[in-house]
Amino acid sequence: MELKSQKPGAKSGSQLGLGIGAGLPIFVGYFPIAIAFGALAVQAHLNWLEATLMSLIVFAGASQFVGVSMFLAGAGAAQIIAATFFLNMRHLIMSLAVNDQMRDFSGAWKGFLSFFITDETFALLTLGGGESHSETRTPGYMAGLLITAYLGWVSGTALGGLGASFIPPQITTAMSVGLYGLFIGLLVPPARKSISFAIIALSSMVLNWFLGLLMEAGWGIVLATIFAAGLGIFLIKEDE
Amino acid sequence: MSVLLVILGMALVTYIPRLLPALFLNRIKFPDWFQKWLQSIPYAALGALIFPGVLLVDKDQPWLGLAGGLMAFLLSVLNLHITLVMAGSIMVVILLQYFL
Repeated sequence: MELKSQKPGAKSGSQLGLGIGAGLPIFVGYFPIAIAFGALAVQAHLNWLEATLMSLIVFAGASQFVGVSMFLAGAGAAQIIAATFFLNMRHLIMSLAVNDQMRDFSGAWKGFLSFFITDETFALLTLGGGESHSETRTPGYMAGLLITAYLGWVSGTALGGLGASFIPPQITTAMSVGLYGLFIGLLVPPARKSISFAIIALSSMVLNWFLGLLMEAGWGIVLATIFAAGLGIFLIKEDE
Repeated sequence: MSVLLVILGMALVTYIPRLLPALFLNRIKFPDWFQKWLQSIPYAALGALIFPGVLLVDKDQPWLGLAGGLMAFLLSVLNLHITLVMAGSIMVVILLQYFL
C-alpha cells in the first residue's frame, strides 16, 4: 500500500476543486430524480420542510422513495424504519471499501465523509479516480465529490417539494438509466484490464439475479456482493 | 410530529451502517485474504447494482433500460469519459421514448 503523504494546505484547494468536478455527473443525475422525489413526498402529504429534511439527513434515494410510498399506503413508523434499514444495509459493505481508502484520515473526517456514501458516490470514490490515487484519496477531494452529489439531491428535493413537478416522468426514467450508465462506465474499464475483476462482477450479476428470485432486492445485493467479492480471495494475484 | 420521528428514525438506521466501518476499520493491517475481499467489493457491488436493476427502471418497458445499458457498455469499451457514457445512455432512452 502506497504512502499517502498529505501536505496540508498546499494542494487542498485544488483537491477540493477536482472532487467537485468529479461529483458533477452525480449532481446532474440526482437533480431531476430528487425533484421527482420532492414532488412525490408532497403528494404523500409530507410538507416541504419534511421532504427536504428527509433528503438532508437520510440521503439515500431508493429508501426515500420506498419510505414515502409507505407513508402513502398508511404503513406504520416501525415498518417504514425497518424497511429503510434493510434497504440501506448494503451501504455497510460499500462503506468498508470506502473506509479502506480513508485509513490515513482522522476519525472525524471518516465519520463525516461516511455519511455521504450512496451507491453512486461509492462507485465513483472506489473506481472513478483512475490510476493515480495521490490526489483522489484525500479528504478535500472526497468532500468535494460527496458534497456536490449531496447538494444535487437536497436542492432537487427542495425544488420538487415546492410543487415544481415540471420534470416529466420520461426524464426521470432517462436519468435513472443514466445512473446505471455511471455504474457501467466505471465498471467496464477495470474489468477489461483484469479478468479477475470481470469474473467477480459477472458472478455478482448472476448471483444477484438468482437471489432476487428468492428474497427482497436489498438483501440480494448485499449477499451477492459479499459472496462474489469472496471470489477475489482466490482470483486476485498479488500484483493486482 | 410522528412524521418527523419517522424521518429521524430513517436517518439513524441509514447512517449507522455507513458509520460502522469508519469506527472499526482503523489502521490495523488486515490479513491478505481480507484485503483481497475489500479490493473486490467495488466490482461485486457494481455487478449486483447493475443487473438486473437496469431492466427495472421502467418495469413496463425493460428494453429501455437494456438499450441504455448496452449503449453505456459500448461507449465505455471505447474508453470515453464517464460523463459521455452517462450522456449516451440518457440520450438513447430519451430518443427511444420519443420515437416509440
